[in-house]
Amino acid sequence: MVKKHISRIYTGLIFFFLYAPIFILILFSFNEKKNLTKISGFTLKWYFELFKDRQIMQAIYYTFIIAIIASIIATIIGTLAAIGLHNRKKSKRKTALLTINKIPMMSPDIVTAIALMSFFIYINQKFSFFELGFGTLLIAHITFNIPYVILSVMPKLKQMPLNTVEAAMDLGASQFYAFRKVVLPEIFPGIITGLLIAFTMSIDDFVISFFTTGHGISNISILVFSSARVGINPKINALSTLLFITVMFLLILINKRTKKV
Amino acid sequence: MKKSVLLFCILLFFIMVGCGEKKEELYVYNWGEYIDTEVLSQFEEENDCVVIYQTYNTNEDMYLKLKKSGEKYDVIFPSDYMIEKMVNEDMLHEIDIEKLENYKHVNSAFKNFDFDQNNKFGIPYMWGTIGILYNSEVVDEDIGSWDMLWNEKYKDRILMFDSVRDTFACALKKLGYSLNTENESEIEEAKQLLIEQRDLVKGYVVDQVKTMMPNGDADIAAIWSGEAILLMEANPKLKFFVPESGSNIWFDNMSIPKTSENVELAQKFIDFMCKPEIALKNAEYIGYATANSSAQELLSDEIKNNPLYYPNQKIIDKCEVFKDLGETIKLYDKAWVEVKVSK
Amino acid sequence: MFGKILDKPFIFWSVLFTLIPLCLIVFFCFTTSPFGLDQVDYSFSLENLQKVFEPMYMKIMLKSFQLALIATVICLLLGYPLAYKIANTSMKWQQVMVMLVVVPMWMNFLLRTYAWLLILGTNGYFNMFLDFIGLPKIEILFTDAAVVLGMVYNFLPFMVLPIFTVLRKMDNKLVDAARDLGATDSVIFRRIIFPLSIPGIVSGVSMVFMPAASTFVISSLLGGGQYMLIGNLIEEQFMRIGDWHFGSALSIILMVFILISMIIMNKYDSDEGSSGLW
Repeated sequence: MVKKHISRIYTGLIFFFLYAPIFILILFSFNEKKNLTKISGFTLKWYFELFKDRQIMQAIYYTFIIAIIASIIATIIGTLAAIGLHNRKKSKRKTALLTINKIPMMSPDIVTAIALMSFFIYINQKFSFFELGFGTLLIAHITFNIPYVILSVMPKLKQMPLNTVEAAMDLGASQFYAFRKVVLPEIFPGIITGLLIAFTMSIDDFVISFFTTGHGISNISILVFSSARVGINPKINALSTLLFITVMFLLILINKRTKKV
Repeated sequence: MKKSVLLFCILLFFIMVGCGEKKEELYVYNWGEYIDTEVLSQFEEENDCVVIYQTYNTNEDMYLKLKKSGEKYDVIFPSDYMIEKMVNEDMLHEIDIEKLENYKHVNSAFKNFDFDQNNKFGIPYMWGTIGILYNSEVVDEDIGSWDMLWNEKYKDRILMFDSVRDTFACALKKLGYSLNTENESEIEEAKQLLIEQRDLVKGYVVDQVKTMMPNGDADIAAIWSGEAILLMEANPKLKFFVPESGSNIWFDNMSIPKTSENVELAQKFIDFMCKPEIALKNAEYIGYATANSSAQELLSDEIKNNPLYYPNQKIIDKCEVFKDLGETIKLYDKAWVEVKVSK
Repeated sequence: MFGKILDKPFIFWSVLFTLIPLCLIVFFCFTTSPFGLDQVDYSFSLENLQKVFEPMYMKIMLKSFQLALIATVICLLLGYPLAYKIANTSMKWQQVMVMLVVVPMWMNFLLRTYAWLLILGTNGYFNMFLDFIGLPKIEILFTDAAVVLGMVYNFLPFMVLPIFTVLRKMDNKLVDAARDLGATDSVIFRRIIFPLSIPGIVSGVSMVFMPAASTFVISSLLGGGQYMLIGNLIEEQFMRIGDWHFGSALSIILMVFILISMIIMNKYDSDEGSSGLW
């Protein structure tokens, strides 16, 4: 009996630890004054200020657009790659490619970041191409997203019954048709998982974006980093609250979908 | 099918929202919290353009960004020694003073610097000193001296600059040396002093001082005069002084990097910033001393006559301006890392 | 033909944006150029690598690994019991609890770290609470403790999830059989559950230790400019000092560490490539 209570209290404490900072952020987004120590009054004004702040709105815009485009492109490249790699026979080449795929995932963010930044700047100096900006930011995001897609799709490919594709082709289907009607439906959950993970990674990224962006393009993480060094900004708290609600909403949605399946 | 069409439309919408009509763009790169952003909107309206505003924390950050990343900026705000350095490396456009209608409002005392004769490369924006801000309710010793930053009594309640030259300036000045010294043993002494100070320092910060001092997270801070002013206005218990033995006086200027793709618009912007009403707005918002004498006149008496806000000649005479140190800066950089690692 | 082109885009992309940049960093690591940044005058040199091994910089490495290790151990100590508890709850609650663990991960990492600035200040919530219960205030912000706390907070879910995944897959019949044979709970844990959960622990450790050791955000925001960890040092080299060669050397050393840990981990990892998050 005691054990049960202890474990319940323990779990409760851990979740309290995980959520307390988030709730404090949310609480103070409604505070009248910028002050941390007192609650001076309830207000929604920081939310309005948030929407009026051009820098913040731009950061939100870029965060989402980069995440959407990068995750879609990464999913396309990654899915095709997973299938192609899966179809290869075991060879040194295959192992090499799989290892290269893991590099962005295993490298510390900062190493990936400086490698890409140095590459872009170097090429820019020599060939005037890859100027730091939206393009380079997008490329960087796609680069670190692809491994997650491949690693989400490949297990599904492995689970696929071995000879379905051949069976389909024996029955007269073209390679492409077999792919569309047989392979794709089987691996679809993996593709969606990969897409979602890629999307999440992009939304949350800071280090790689920090080094590979330019032309004034910021995302939410970069903005919070610069703001946090100045001090506390209630507009950031307001942003956190909105993000939190969005995240909860999305996760509940996903949960409902997986329940249906 | 329907779902993917919907998704596609949402995507298209986003992309379209992103691409507005193409207006002229001005890339302004400035210190954090160093402008009244309303001023930017005003400029945009008057000139039918878009200002892309970015910020940096130290001169070194800005210099590297410009040099290494190949990013194009039109207007930057380098400090004295950084202008010297950038001129030596041919990174700045000469400014055509003739084209600046409002140049006449700039304080004539600042129209000819050692590091930039006749404001060829930079138009003065703000100026100030380095001093010490303290909580008068808690601190009662060493008032007026650099020693306050080394006072054991205030252990773990002291803030220093996260900027190599500014923090070294404090140590060098305490030792009575020039803050531009290239003498290795003097730099070494300053480094030792800073290492000794480590246990007393709560943190090396730049902007965080503005929340930490009022919140009571620290009681003493090495600080730039302008920030001290804003903080004192909001918190009467905070007081500021420029140490008797001398300190640093600095000037931030508006310059046009050679990589600018829109020199004309950049010049217009600088001219706009020299308008008395605009300079006044900026000065009031950020609290620093403006280099624009017409704007200075428009300030309230208590501000313009306060030697803390507008240092008088006595204080100015005791202060040194930073000079570009060329290769010697490497000595400082190395020493700085050693200080940070020493704990 | 359709089959043949499938992985070409990926190969092209990886070579261009993963391999070549890495090669560039290796190149910078083994060369120097005169101070002045404009130069295209690269000469071979080992001095960058030698510099990494200087006492001052080794101190930084050690500190980074030390703090990361402490954070990893704390994550393990806190996370294992939680993973165990979740694995042993009913299916209905399990999903909810996993979701609860995952939600903070989806919240922006910067925002979560920023939140601690509010809590740990001298007059922040934690001290207010201490004050309320009559204890003296403590200065945590800008100390080792704050940085470790930040690491634990950010990486705890990454420790919990892999361990939970492994524990969940574990065959309960083994536990039942052991019980039938008379084993006590602690023996069951020590001889059955714990050994079987080791792959999960290894996975968790790998997802916490290296990211913690190479962070620069946590040490920057919560360390108050005092924290020179490897990540901060690399960032400074590239962003403020401009010595790309030395920065690259540091990065290569980090990569070597990762390689070593990957090899060690491969011994425990029979599974080819689960993505670990879901």
